Amino acid sequence: MTEVGAGTDTGVSRAEVCAVACAEAFRGDGEIIASPFGTIPAVGARLARLTFEPDLVLTDGEAALMANTPAIDSARDDMVIEAWLPYRRVFDVVWSGRRHVMMMATQVDRYGNQNISCIGDWKRPKTQLIGVRGAPGNTVNHTTSYWVPAHSPRSFVERVDVVCGVGYDRASEAGPVASRFHEIRVVVSNLGVFDFDTPDHRMRVRSLHPGVTLSEVEEATGFELARAEGRAEIEESRLPTPEELSFIREVLDPRSLRDREISS
Amino acid sequence: MADKRATIEEVVSELHDGMTIGVGGWGSRRKPMAIVRAIARSGLHDLTVVSYGGPDVGILCSAGVVRKAVYGFVTLDSIALDPLFRSARQNGEIEAMEIDEGMFYLGLLAAAQRIPFLPTRAGLGSDVLRINPELRTVTSPYPGGVFDDGSALVAMPALALDAAFVHVNRADTHGNGQVLGPDPFFDELFLGAARVRVVTAEKVVEPGALLGEGPVQTVTISRLLSDAVVQTPNGAHFTSCAPDYGRDEDFQRLYAKSAGDPDAWAAFERRYLQVDEQDYQRAVDEERSKSGAA
Repeated sequence: MTEVGAGTDTGVSRAEVCAVACAEAFRGDGEIIASPFGTIPAVGARLARLTFEPDLVLTDGEAALMANTPAIDSARDDMVIEAWLPYRRVFDVVWSGRRHVMMMATQVDRYGNQNISCIGDWKRPKTQLIGVRGAPGNTVNHTTSYWVPAHSPRSFVERVDVVCGVGYDRASEAGPVASRFHEIRVVVSNLGVFDFDTPDHRMRVRSLHPGVTLSEVEEATGFELARAEGRAEIEESRLPTPEELSFIREVLDPRSLRDREISS
Repeated sequence: MADKRATIEEVVSELHDGMTIGVGGWGSRRKPMAIVRAIARSGLHDLTVVSYGGPDVGILCSAGVVRKAVYGFVTLDSIALDPLFRSARQNGEIEAMEIDEGMFYLGLLAAAQRIPFLPTRAGLGSDVLRINPELRTVTSPYPGGVFDDGSALVAMPALALDAAFVHVNRADTHGNGQVLGPDPFFDELFLGAARVRVVTAEKVVEPGALLGEGPVQTVTISRLLSDAVVQTPNGAHFTSCAPDYGRDEDFQRLYAKSAGDPDAWAAFERRYLQVDEQDYQRAVDEERSKSGAA
């Protein structure tokens, strides 16, 4: 476990800061399905429901919705099931817009285009990844956020090799059908939180995790980040409250799976 | 009423080179693996495989029977990527149609409804339209109507299948199929989209006996959707078939590890893929008792 920045002496790990940042992504969402991919987003969505977003709907990772909020690696017997949601019905939810997905991104660019399909030329890829999955449909139907556990110039790129999740520039070019319900809310990485609240929806730093410098992030980013306007300095990602910290450590992730997902 | 019972060999002998086949299940879950293995050793060529992809896609690509794969993803669930599918793509051995999962669903639904396409927002703005240049868009014929934004929707073409194979927990001899696990996936649509429809099951029971196994809502496949039913015990192995059995994670790891190394893969093929289903199941039992004893 790596503790956050020098001098803070809080005992809070980077993974725990990231979990809170992921939870914050779901703030204000109300009664929709939160679909987190990855360990730390799973902790984050559950943390949001246990604290400031009690109406969030969570799946059991298979074909049901879960009424309680047990640990992310809990046995099926510890889950209280409230409704049935097989894969076919997931699309009813996606197309109705009542969902906020936090997907992973092998590559993401300055407008929030995301790639999980392949690296290189799609016709004959250098590296085949999982495929476009539901990213094209998700991004034009409901709110999407991304989680990138290893922030580097290879993941934050000038241009993604295949546009799977649709970014702001591409949604706008595709016309009102594509942009009407489109929202890339945040990208959370191991270094900070990024959003698109700029006039032309270019990615900017919303907050840096404690101990991370702007130059460190700029070096790890393959494109120029937009500057936040009218703000003297960049905010620091907030630390978990004592209540949140005990939820993370004792209830949601007692076996510290979160520390396996990020290295710094 | 017709007794639809058939053997693996009989249903695979209905296939021809160049056919488009749909494979039910999802990822590494409830895949009709007994049939997949039989197709892999069939010597067929130029098949188009349509699948919410798992090890079925990898095994068929590696066997050289596939010309083209149609998928939204290919994954082993507990192992993110299938090594055989990856190398088939990276070596340029197969053609591909890679589409959004929801577009895939609508393609099957259109075929099951015998209509040429269904409109959707999914795909707009993404590279799905670039990498699949045959895809077209359509504008609403109801301008100014509810939900019309005046711009184009994707027209997802019907994914019509020559044959479809699904694996369920129970079936009866008339071809009704029962899913006792949590998710029926898209199996009904695969069958609905196909000309030749095959249901394999852990156990085939007498007509009327399915309700002794589970409530009527679990009988998601009516005999309207099947031409043949094949009893294939442990037939989804090594994918999961809850509640009968979970995924054989040890075996899946062996599969993925072997697939990454030519010599290991040749040995895996000899032991598990160049043999009939009975010998496959015997070899799996042996492997299991060996590792259990170790």
